[in-house]
Amino acid sequence: MTVQMLIEAWRAMGANRLRTFLTMLGMVIGVGAVVLMLAIGQGAQYSVSQSISSMGSNLFIILSGSSTSGGLRMGLGATPTLTVADAQALSELPEMSAVAPVVPGVAQVVYGSNNWSTQVFGTTPAYLTVRNWTIAQGYPFADSDVRSATRVAMIGQTVAQNLFGNEDPVNKTIRIKQSPYLVVGLLSAKGQSLDGRDQDDTILIPVTTAQRKLFGTQFQGTVRFIMAQAVSAQMMPAAEREMNALLRQRHHVREGADSDFTVRNLTALVNTAAQATRVMSILLGAIASISLLVGGIGIMNIMLVSVTERTREIGIRVAIGARQRDILMQFLMEAIIISIVGCTAGVVLGVGGAAAANHFADITVVITGGSILQAFMVAACVGIFFGFYPARKAARLKPIEALRYQ
Amino acid sequence: MDPIIRIEGLHKEYETDAGPVPVLKGIDLTIDPGEFVAIMGPSGSGKSTFMNILGCLDVPTRGKYILNGRDVGTLNSDQLAHLRNEVIGFVFQGFNLLPRANLEDNVSLPLVYGDVQKSERIARANDMLEKVGLAKYAKSLPNQISGGQQQRVAIARALVNRPKLILADEPTGNLDTRTSGEIMSLFRQLNESDGITVVLVTHEPDIATYAKRLVKFLDGSLIYDGEVSEART
Repeated sequence: MTVQMLIEAWRAMGANRLRTFLTMLGMVIGVGAVVLMLAIGQGAQYSVSQSISSMGSNLFIILSGSSTSGGLRMGLGATPTLTVADAQALSELPEMSAVAPVVPGVAQVVYGSNNWSTQVFGTTPAYLTVRNWTIAQGYPFADSDVRSATRVAMIGQTVAQNLFGNEDPVNKTIRIKQSPYLVVGLLSAKGQSLDGRDQDDTILIPVTTAQRKLFGTQFQGTVRFIMAQAVSAQMMPAAEREMNALLRQRHHVREGADSDFTVRNLTALVNTAAQATRVMSILLGAIASISLLVGGIGIMNIMLVSVTERTREIGIRVAIGARQRDILMQFLMEAIIISIVGCTAGVVLGVGGAAAANHFADITVVITGGSILQAFMVAACVGIFFGFYPARKAARLKPIEALRYQ
Repeated sequence: MDPIIRIEGLHKEYETDAGPVPVLKGIDLTIDPGEFVAIMGPSGSGKSTFMNILGCLDVPTRGKYILNGRDVGTLNSDQLAHLRNEVIGFVFQGFNLLPRANLEDNVSLPLVYGDVQKSERIARANDMLEKVGLAKYAKSLPNQISGGQQQRVAIARALVNRPKLILADEPTGNLDTRTSGEIMSLFRQLNESDGITVVLVTHEPDIATYAKRLVKFLDGSLIYDGEVSEART
């Protein structure tokens, strides 16, 4: 019975191929758009969430304050007010899980006949915790290295690539600004940051080594900024409050006076970006869904025409014993076939479009089985929903009127 | 033997803006199994409406219709569909074959709705095509054969479910005299050798002579019921 119905539905659709094709095209474009937009939206969300997790979670950055000299106001970080001791004090707050002072700089690095210019961060082992970074090979330098300002380094993947090629960098000696440093660890790959910088193009050395031996500092023990991680997202507001209070106390800032530092909640900034991406992907999906809806209306329209055209056929079928539900099923089947075939083609189109977007425009796309399944379900529902009214109209035709219809 | 059709006090009215218009005004008729009945009457006499009611395609406004022992007035639409499928075979003036289906599929269509297996459907459809002499056209489309042949296919379709009753509404209306004769001979053969009850509507007296019993309608009433030969004199 069902097989026979499929055959008949196929035959009916084959009778007017162009029309069937055009009806299907509506579905193809609708489903294709949905699949493509979901892929792009999810891709955007994916790359943002990648960036967020590579940056580290529940993150603060504490910058030293601005300075004014001769009426000229300098930007944040211009006055070196933060120290390693500040970082140490902050790390003792119960709200904080890790705190790392940073002295950044740029230096030329040499190994053998290769040389490379990269950013060098003087910091503490806590930096790895704060940034959610791991060691791929070797070991991180220890707190004792920080205390004694040894010349040791952890290098990022990009640096390793450029200096060592395929060679194992661990336990090799590189030269940073002419001085030899022992590579103790190779950092794992981290990829791009949210603003597109290559985070793997980095060397980490003990903060004391950077201060005393590599870059030097204006005042003894000062650092450019401090990165800090709160224990949890819930603790972020309390952590911000406590850090402000502690640093104001340590820097002897009077009640009512401006702080000589700034605490910034990085995670909040990033969450805003994530939120924006989510809104964008919902918007894309909604617009694509409208085209699916239009495709569905196209099916309904053509089915209604088809029912009118085949009124006489319906009459014949009823006269020889078709029940109402047989007629209903016959027309519903046609609508469902159109939507399923259209959907299959649409998925192919959408996936192809996503692959093309990825290949030619370098857009991150994510296609999941779930989203394809979703597209199929929606298409079947669209077929049933928009096919039902015409099918019911056909099933409810009065047999004598249907037979008399010319 | 119980009659296959028993009609008592059948009325049919159509609702129009000007009020109800009576089309059938109290028809009483009984047809026994094996009869060959011709229904005649001028246009508007109600014979087509009567035929539609006989075929369970339309329902009477008042009155009783018992088909094959079942009171049609008490059946729902699915039961009516089942009755049309099992008991009645329809033959129309316009043949009413499905244009896109080949003859085999056309003939087996009632079996599809009777939930018969595919292999048996094909076998029975071909048997019926054989019976009407069109077995070699089984895979042809209706528009590839002549009108008379199409009507034979329609008869094969009407017969495929082994009905007790064949209802033919002007079956020769679209055919020339010679072909009409052939079709009518086929009906007579089905009636005489297979014992199928045949009720046909026609306005041609020549066609009516193939039947054994004649029923005449005028203005919604039955005005004659008897032998065909007597009516002619």
